[in-house]
Amino acid sequence: MSAKGRIPDWADVTLVPLVSVALAFMISAILIWAIGESPWEAVKLMVEGAFGSSYGWGYTLYYATNFMFTGLAVSVAFQARLFNIGGEGQALVGGLGVALVCLYIPWPHWTLALVGAMLGGAVFGALWALIPGWLQAKRGSHIVITTIMFNFIAASLLGYMLVNVLRPQGTQDPSSPRFPPETALPSLHEILALVGIPFSRVPPVNISLLIAVAMCFVVWYLLWRTRLGYQIRAFGESEPAAEYAGISPARITIYAMLISGALAGLMAVNSVMGEQQRLVLNAVEGAGFIGIAVALMGRNHPFGVFLAAILFGFLYQGGAELALWTGIPRELIVVIQALVILFTGALDNMVRIPIARLFAQARARGR
Amino acid sequence: MTATDISPRAQTTDYAIELRGISKAFGPVQANKDISIQVRRGTIHGIVGENGAGKSTLMSILYGFYRADAGEILINGQTTEIPDSQSAIRAGIGMVFQHFKLVENFSVLENVILGAEAGGMLRPSLSRARGLLKDLAREFELNVDPDAKVEDLSVGHQQRVEILKALYREADILILDEPTGVLTPSEADHLFRILRGLKDQGKTIILITHKLREIMDVTDDVSVMRRGEMVATRPTAQTSPTELAELMVGRKVLLRVEKPPARPGKIVLQVDNLRVVDSQGVERLRGISLNVRAGEILGIAGVAGNGQSELLEVLAGLRDAEGQAQLRGEDLPLAGPGAGAISRRRQGVAHVPEDRHRRGLVLRFMAWENMALGYHHDAAYNAGPLRMNNAAIMRDTEAKMQHFDVRPPDPLLQAEGFSGGNQQKLVLAREMERNPEILLVGQPTRGVDIGAIEFIHQQLIRLRDQGSAILLVSVELDEILALSDRIAVMFDGRIMGERQSDQTNAQELGLLMAGMT
Repeated sequence: MSAKGRIPDWADVTLVPLVSVALAFMISAILIWAIGESPWEAVKLMVEGAFGSSYGWGYTLYYATNFMFTGLAVSVAFQARLFNIGGEGQALVGGLGVALVCLYIPWPHWTLALVGAMLGGAVFGALWALIPGWLQAKRGSHIVITTIMFNFIAASLLGYMLVNVLRPQGTQDPSSPRFPPETALPSLHEILALVGIPFSRVPPVNISLLIAVAMCFVVWYLLWRTRLGYQIRAFGESEPAAEYAGISPARITIYAMLISGALAGLMAVNSVMGEQQRLVLNAVEGAGFIGIAVALMGRNHPFGVFLAAILFGFLYQGGAELALWTGIPRELIVVIQALVILFTGALDNMVRIPIARLFAQARARGR
Repeated sequence: MTATDISPRAQTTDYAIELRGISKAFGPVQANKDISIQVRRGTIHGIVGENGAGKSTLMSILYGFYRADAGEILINGQTTEIPDSQSAIRAGIGMVFQHFKLVENFSVLENVILGAEAGGMLRPSLSRARGLLKDLAREFELNVDPDAKVEDLSVGHQQRVEILKALYREADILILDEPTGVLTPSEADHLFRILRGLKDQGKTIILITHKLREIMDVTDDVSVMRRGEMVATRPTAQTSPTELAELMVGRKVLLRVEKPPARPGKIVLQVDNLRVVDSQGVERLRGISLNVRAGEILGIAGVAGNGQSELLEVLAGLRDAEGQAQLRGEDLPLAGPGAGAISRRRQGVAHVPEDRHRRGLVLRFMAWENMALGYHHDAAYNAGPLRMNNAAIMRDTEAKMQHFDVRPPDPLLQAEGFSGGNQQKLVLAREMERNPEILLVGQPTRGVDIGAIEFIHQQLIRLRDQGSAILLVSVELDEILALSDRIAVMFDGRIMGERQSDQTNAQELGLLMAGMT
């Protein structure tokens, strides 16, 4: 008998975010109009730039792949009510793992290299998340603070490794050598060519996309089909109830952070191994933080994360096109992204409550 | 507003509050249906009803939290619009909520004036409030240290602050929502003395409760609600608990538990010299020794906070302790490995926790997910080393919900969607259907409606007669007396005495509960 109505799950994951995004776009349109550009042209350019060609699709999906990994990372931790802000650092260190695996192990074929790089990225990312997780579990250090700090430490660590260890002699560029060609991952162009579908060869989207989609499914399975997932969710919903059930808070905190860090680290397979083919200083480019927004928007559900990642991929790619072809400054793209985050995250109830009311009325009429 | 004006009443009226034809729906749920009620000025008017009968909704309308879909509110004979709580306060209505709305780290004085400050400077309001508090303390036994921080006060004193808040706002009509749910018996008695004092001063008091004894003790009139409707209003002197219970439930109920004599068997649980020191260094259990036999119910009576919760937690494996314990003659570790909740369940110790919302259920989990809580390692619930057998849990949940008459019998409904009684039945079904060696049960009927209380009591007796040992902790002395075969009274972490339940009475136990032997 609560005043809040219930929203069906499908509407919770799709309808509410869609309305929020629409509202964010409306305000963005007003902003674009206010600086003297045509909102209609801008939207057209963004949509065409992101979805109008296989070139655009390629970039959109490339970004979306990154966001799926980091979004899933944030989601898994959040199911245990752990706010892992450290996706950025975990992905950076994951990149180091991928680079070491690709550079120092002579791989005969990309398939094996892929498995090795996935392991390297996941293990390095997981270990980077383990320390804040352990500190939270055993010492009560707040995970938000420690993971933020670990982002900075990761950046410094990477800088040190690139400048002092990995940088080839005689170059000024703080980056690793190029990975051997055996580690090059097949691009979506090559994969789709096998089934005769033409796709642009330019964008960096590669087989990691399929791994990311598979991970969405794996995370869903983990959370809703396995005992560990059950314990993570129970702990996240109610720590006293979890304790009552004999679920160890410390153990679940550490497991959730390990899985979260591994997922963030896997992102490097896409960016470091798939695109750059070497390790550079800013390999993650903020995708770790975008992952927070993606998880927020996707309601910490893997399928929601999948959709939200594509939306943010669209914003990234469409935004780049916009900056390229119009007088709209790049900063405004960031503003649009911020508006989307604001509406889907912070102002969630503004949309949710009216929609819940509509559903309640519809049900009342249906009776 | 549909004015269903039946009785043409003049401006002068005996009624402080009159509600006419109040209706309120939340979506498809009709929480209040055409409710009319008259509350005489200067009386204590009880409103009883099971959980979900619409009592709280009705009071929320009166206090301006909800707007009625239809009907009108008359305060002292005047039709009054109450769109928000500010208007309610202006109309002289004060409300004491079940869950207090106090700023924990503010002093009593600061809480009292909060939102009713006179002007931008605090000092005049504070000194005015200080004077008023002094008067009220003298007049109504409403004494609270005005400079104490609310978080340091006992629950009973916090409640007094809520009453003081209302009186400071010059309330003439005081609504109390389940005020005794959190109080010890003596605190409750004190509260009733305060209420009678206020009544004598001409205040009108509405008391919402589901405890019939309080109604009989303290009210002048009583109205009964059932499923959103007002089914009867009676002068309290002309009704009885039995009649009220029937009106509430809509059928005859047994207020006393039908209980065949116990046939105690072997000792199942033996505890010696149990000691617990909490994280603040306070000794919570000071050497508890007791035993529970198969086929008997040992009731632990006591005022809340005298170590009963800690005792339950230790036995359930949720808290470390010193001392010895044996289950069916085998050592039961009280700390370290093998002392956890999972091992306890494996050994046949089932636990219905005192606080089902915090511990017993994950409120946002569906019923079937809650059925696996604590038993998620159970072989029957798993299909392989990692995967849970959700289908099997679902089937098991359906069967158990059926057996325990959980309504609605929908395993996909989230726990928070069930009424208090049905939530408790879910927990009991989970813990009892496995026929445990011993069942630890805390406050089995707290916040549970009468119909469900009857059922829960019967189930506990049934489990006892099947040969399980039961350790029952309850702050409701009536419940202890009704269910237990033996009664141990706890005070300040010790057991003050043990009695056979048929050879003792509430007075004797009450003295023990107060620490007097």
